[in-house]
Amino acid sequence: MTTEQKIFDVQKIRKDFPILNTLIHGKPLVYFDNAATTQKPMCVIEKEKEYYTSANSNIHRGVHTLSQKATTEYEQTRQKVMKFINAERLSELIFTKGTTDSINLVASSFGKKFIKAGDEIIISHLEHHSNIVPWQLLCEEKGAALKVIPINDKGEIIFDAFEKLISEKTKLISVVYVSNSLGTVNPVKEIIQLAHSKDIPVLLDAAQAVQHFKIDVQEIDCDFLAFSGHKLYAPTGVGILYGKEKYLEEMPPYQGGGDMIASVTFEKTSYNELPYKFEAGTPNIAGVVGFGSAVDYLNTIGIENISLYEKELFDYAVKKLSAVDKLKPIGTAEKKLSVFSFMLEGIHPHDIGTILDFDGIAIRTGHHCTQPVMQRFGIPATARISLSFYNTKEEIDYTADAIKKVFEVFG
Amino acid sequence: MMDNELRELYQQVILDHNKSPRNFKKLDEANHHAEGHNPLCGDHLDLYLQLENGVVKDISFIGNGCAISKSSASLMTSIVKGKTKEEAEQLFEKFHALVTGKLKNGEEIEALGKLAVFQGVQEFPARVKCASLAWHTLDNALHNKEEKISTE
Repeated sequence: MTTEQKIFDVQKIRKDFPILNTLIHGKPLVYFDNAATTQKPMCVIEKEKEYYTSANSNIHRGVHTLSQKATTEYEQTRQKVMKFINAERLSELIFTKGTTDSINLVASSFGKKFIKAGDEIIISHLEHHSNIVPWQLLCEEKGAALKVIPINDKGEIIFDAFEKLISEKTKLISVVYVSNSLGTVNPVKEIIQLAHSKDIPVLLDAAQAVQHFKIDVQEIDCDFLAFSGHKLYAPTGVGILYGKEKYLEEMPPYQGGGDMIASVTFEKTSYNELPYKFEAGTPNIAGVVGFGSAVDYLNTIGIENISLYEKELFDYAVKKLSAVDKLKPIGTAEKKLSVFSFMLEGIHPHDIGTILDFDGIAIRTGHHCTQPVMQRFGIPATARISLSFYNTKEEIDYTADAIKKVFEVFG
Repeated sequence: MMDNELRELYQQVILDHNKSPRNFKKLDEANHHAEGHNPLCGDHLDLYLQLENGVVKDISFIGNGCAISKSSASLMTSIVKGKTKEEAEQLFEKFHALVTGKLKNGEEIEALGKLAVFQGVQEFPARVKCASLAWHTLDNALHNKEEKISTE
């Protein structure tokens, strides 16, 4: 592929996202809160509408035409996601409500089967609360212990410390692929290799990874991978748990109900095969169908092209924004992407957020559900810009100027 | 050129109290204390109160927060000092009505004195909690509830 073919036309891409035409306080929207959720392309919005207008029915139940149509579309998304992350089997892909739900599924079900008193689970200091609290709940219930890989001043995990944390008591390692508050990319291959050399399974929280670069679950060899549809240009309320069959087969059901059973009597229930064992109740069918459309859309652009464009954009943003006087970037890892967290001298992030909003710029301010990261840096909050492939260098220039105006307001 | 609405929110008095908060210290003589926390943005403050015969003899705070929450705490401590418990409670009620846009009467707003600078907050629903955190914390300190209060 030549370089020319790899670069896409961002103005053309922007036309696919109707919300980008919105005016905020009379100014064109600059949407820089993509780590919270991404905007949806028209094809995803249309797909959901089309589903409700021409296919709405319950899945895996009826013999009637609509039910079969709904089931086919729902299951097609599973196939699309399987290819998207290069999983080996359809049975290894479970539809959930999102990343949080996926992690809770593993904590509950894997925990029930494999975690006992005295065992240890390892996470990192970079985790989102959704990859901390489920394990705390599990550890409390089982009398197990949670161990935390420390990070350095740049916001990178300290690998030597990680090696020392591993012991025969370690039963699971659950780490974030890309930090949502700092943008740090963790060395997941090295983590997995080391863990596997001691037969310890690894869960990756890929909520901030899967939309930015190609993930091949067979190549990185993770045992579980959790991510959300809504950060991947799909509707809210749908997500994925990928799990290796050898673990999923052993794990008990997460929730009981319809669709997850093979047969039920009052004496004994036998469970459905994978992945349905973990999909109790009527799911968010329209959301899953929209999810499939989002994956198609990303494939059309090409995830490699997205990575290339976003890297160029991110490098530009780091250079441009870091040059703003009295701006301090938070998290300066060697390997970073998409997320630029910062502080302005003497101004609280919340005030930055309100003032930038007046220029139509949507950023996130706060602790980003990573309070331990904030504690590590001794700050209450940061302002966070997080990029997508529909953002432009012009938007970054405009934001750099708007940040200078924040200082004007505060005199 | 700053938008009018933005200027309404960040008035000079607010910016001034943010820069140099009044009564910003720990109070050794305090006989009441409460902690306030806004988990949404991480704002946090400790409020110290010296209450004697139902009168706020002295009051102070320390903490971390945005310009709105810090200046609100600063102005609040300046204004309730010397007031009775009941007067402070009434002020809280009026202040809450002001920032949530329920106080319509111009005279009543004027009667709030400097606190009226927070009128602009009503246009920013996400910031109402910032402005009222100190007052909720004061309410707890007055009633001697030691538990940490949260605006969430």
